[in-house]
Amino acid sequence: MKNQLEMDIRVPNQTRYLGLIGKIGEDIAYTLKNFKNNRDELAYHINLVLTEAMTNAIKHANQNDPNKEVHITINVSQYNLCIKVYDQGQGFDIREVNIIEPDPTKDHGRGIFLIHSLMDSVSYTRCEHGHVLEMNKSLELDINL
Amino acid sequence: MNVTMEEHGEIVTLRIEEERLDAHNSNELKVQLLTLFEEGKVKIIIDLSHVRFIDSSGLGALVSGFKNASSRQGVLKLCGLQTQVKSMFELTRLHRVFEIFPNSDDAQASY
Repeated sequence: MKNQLEMDIRVPNQTRYLGLIGKIGEDIAYTLKNFKNNRDELAYHINLVLTEAMTNAIKHANQNDPNKEVHITINVSQYNLCIKVYDQGQGFDIREVNIIEPDPTKDHGRGIFLIHSLMDSVSYTRCEHGHVLEMNKSLELDINL
Repeated sequence: MNVTMEEHGEIVTLRIEEERLDAHNSNELKVQLLTLFEEGKVKIIIDLSHVRFIDSSGLGALVSGFKNASSRQGVLKLCGLQTQVKSMFELTRLHRVFEIFPNSDDAQASY
């Protein structure tokens, strides 16, 4: 097998699974060999972007429909972390969502801003059954996984 | 959501007894705070020392509580932020909005 970690997860369209998926993301950070930077920080950031992306899929794209699901893939290679979160909804225009620093006195609108702040690239595109939010981050591992 | 509530005079301290404050449980915190405001309790301390993870929904619930307390001539303060949780407040500039204290004793003494 090529030196690459691949995970493929499907969960019901419910926020009660946020903690489970976030924990898997954290555990990936602690599994990486030769990661040079702050591992606790990376673990938190993976947990956070997974949580924010799933929340968008569950509440906004899938509109809390219990008959829908969220599909997540996590791919870790020597140089890159790629997370994809697939929804089954009509999607939203990510350009219309606040990706600049949000007004600190607003009580919503920070999710996409946080994802953009913590990942190197973010895209939201149409796919077969809905849309996919793809997030990439350079890992800069010393040697390999 | 598991919360421990203590009252010292006019000041109410809510300690969040959850590892995560996220989109799954943050609305419960909003509702609990609204209940306190409706009872006329507007001097609130939220102790986050047991919270290891907060997302944008959790931050939003705290901002909502802060604004509701302020509009009733009260104030909502925070204490006990773990390192990574504190970094989320800094990333979103919310550390400039809230008064943040190391522990609940310091927060109470500030009123």
